[in-house]
Amino acid sequence: MENGFSSPRNDSFPAGLRVLVVDDDPTWLKILEKMLKKCSYEVTTCGLARDALNLLRERKDGYDIVISDVNMPDMDGFKLLEHVGLEMDLPVIMMSVDGETGRVMKGVQHGACDYLLKPIRMKELRNIWQHVFRKKILEIRDIEGHESFEGIQISRNGSDLSDDGHMFCGEDMTSVKKRKDFDNKHDEKDFGDHSSAKKHRVVWSVDLHQKFVKAVNQIGFDKVGPKKILDLMNVPWLTRENVASHLQKYRLYLSRLQKESDLKASFGGIKHSDMHLKDPAGSFGLQSSINTNQNDVANEHMPDTKKTLNADNPDPQETSSQMSFDHSFASLGSEVNYEAFDCRIWSEAPKIELKREHKPLLQLEDGFSQLPPCAPEHHVKIDKLHPVPSVTSGLSLTARDVSGPIKNEPLYAEYQSNRVSHVSPKKCESFPVQSKSHMVVNHQSYESVSTAISSMKPQGFNLSCITDFDYSQRNLKASDSTLAPFNETACLLQGDFHNKYFGLPNIEFTGCNDPSFLAEIPVHWHDTLTSDYECPLDPTEYSIFDQGLFIA
Amino acid sequence: MDGVAQLQKQLVDYTASLFQEGFLDEQFNQLQQLQDESNPDFVVEVVSLFFEDSERLLNELAKALEQKTIDFRKVDAHVHQFKGSSSSIGAQRVQKVCIAFRNYCEEQNIEGCLKCLQQVKHEYSLVKSKLETLFKIEKQLIAAGGSIPT
Repeated sequence: MENGFSSPRNDSFPAGLRVLVVDDDPTWLKILEKMLKKCSYEVTTCGLARDALNLLRERKDGYDIVISDVNMPDMDGFKLLEHVGLEMDLPVIMMSVDGETGRVMKGVQHGACDYLLKPIRMKELRNIWQHVFRKKILEIRDIEGHESFEGIQISRNGSDLSDDGHMFCGEDMTSVKKRKDFDNKHDEKDFGDHSSAKKHRVVWSVDLHQKFVKAVNQIGFDKVGPKKILDLMNVPWLTRENVASHLQKYRLYLSRLQKESDLKASFGGIKHSDMHLKDPAGSFGLQSSINTNQNDVANEHMPDTKKTLNADNPDPQETSSQMSFDHSFASLGSEVNYEAFDCRIWSEAPKIELKREHKPLLQLEDGFSQLPPCAPEHHVKIDKLHPVPSVTSGLSLTARDVSGPIKNEPLYAEYQSNRVSHVSPKKCESFPVQSKSHMVVNHQSYESVSTAISSMKPQGFNLSCITDFDYSQRNLKASDSTLAPFNETACLLQGDFHNKYFGLPNIEFTGCNDPSFLAEIPVHWHDTLTSDYECPLDPTEYSIFDQGLFIA
Repeated sequence: MDGVAQLQKQLVDYTASLFQEGFLDEQFNQLQQLQDESNPDFVVEVVSLFFEDSERLLNELAKALEQKTIDFRKVDAHVHQFKGSSSSIGAQRVQKVCIAFRNYCEEQNIEGCLKCLQQVKHEYSLVKSKLETLFKIEKQLIAAGGSIPT
């Protein structure tokens, strides 16, 4: 919708700001509603995250900002947060009575534009409009200055833009004109116009995103630019601006993942070294990128993948290397031969990963306990398909459970040491530990794994820990050891995968294990994975997952 | 008149004491400020919601702690929830017990948890009865023709 705000913008902004409040606590919901109404905002309340997502999806441009509690019964607030950010590109404010630094950090990492501590004062709510405003400004800048148009301020005149545009990326006149228009509109400080200039909110579906990622990979991450991507994608109704802003988000996502991995690495000493994609810098980022790549790659490899993964890359290995992502991700793929990994899985996994923060498999706490001792099967080499029940079961990655530093450091270390060859039982254990890791982690690992897998020829989805491990190892090999956390994640993913695959019971990491998980990945890189562990994907996707992944 | 003035004073004093004794905190003031003509019973409504939700949470808590193998994460989740909702109306003492409660959960200290459960139940019933008294006085005041001093 064109209008950013339902009420006359210029005069009464931020009055009429359309706020969606999500909180499972009825008392707080009522209080917040009242407070927001007092601020002259238009309030919609929701007691469940799912309902909120449905509402948001139904009315794509129906809200300006979302305020959500962190702890909710049906879905982790962080997941919701990522979903909203990726799918709807709305600013999200998190709330919690828990002000622990780790939590706040997680919120920020997941993309929250603010984190409020309960009890919330009304004055804190009065200013939430700034996030909406800021986002609009940034989007404008993003579109216009995406290619480093630093000087372009919101109120630039068209000519400047056009010039820069031309120089910058050889945009054609249309793009320049668009910018001009946009700019002019911006000058008027008419938010509604800005919205219109910015085009309607584009919903980046899985397919669309797949195309996007494929295009990015083809061009080369370093050389990528909205115009090129747009041309490659060949989607008639998509505009350069859409692509530009999506690209920016994608980049942010990747870098966030990277940071996450780094963070995790330092936390739990997770030695994801193996997992690291060659590129140390972006181990986490890689994850995201990898995931993306993987998705693409995976798509390619997985012929029957339901998702319209664009299989541009003929050779998984190449693909991975082609991943123009700066991250080592690329390097990973090529070397690892994760035969066991089903590309399909990868493709899906990456998606998920992307969305989520790539949290390194840190949270493996509980999963571990659930894991039976690693069976010898763990040692399965990647090429072998070994159901690794023990390993998998342990990997119950609890998406919601972002516990914190990875406990299994030592295990991981071992895990990591297991280079591609096989996973020793010990490793298996580490694996289980990971199970607790967040979904995010899983995703990440998936991504990383996917990357690896994609590069490797997917063989069957023999998700054994080993595979993951190996995978991660390979990845790690590629990258430097800093990717340890990443590795973990990868392991986790794998573990979950295995779990699912082998039907391990305690797989909490529903997201990952869930076929829908896989399905999700391709669908929306921001979407399903992060939010819904409950099989957000429809059955069709699930089936694909089954096909590709589960051998058992 | 006298009756009204008296009731008003009673209300003011009683409210002040609740704050002094730590039963309520600043958040309660916020609630009162949110009340207006369009929502004259706002505070009562919110507090009633709190009571309802709390009974439920306390039951869940008791149940969770009665299990043979206690799932501390679950208990912690409930306490966390309770902490959140008690913060919504400014039930300070309840909130404080919740903080201690969560620590015991983290330590997986069953005894500590059970003790805290008792404590939190106690604090909750205290603040509940205090608030009910407060609302009663308010009602009387309004019935007598007075208005709640802001």
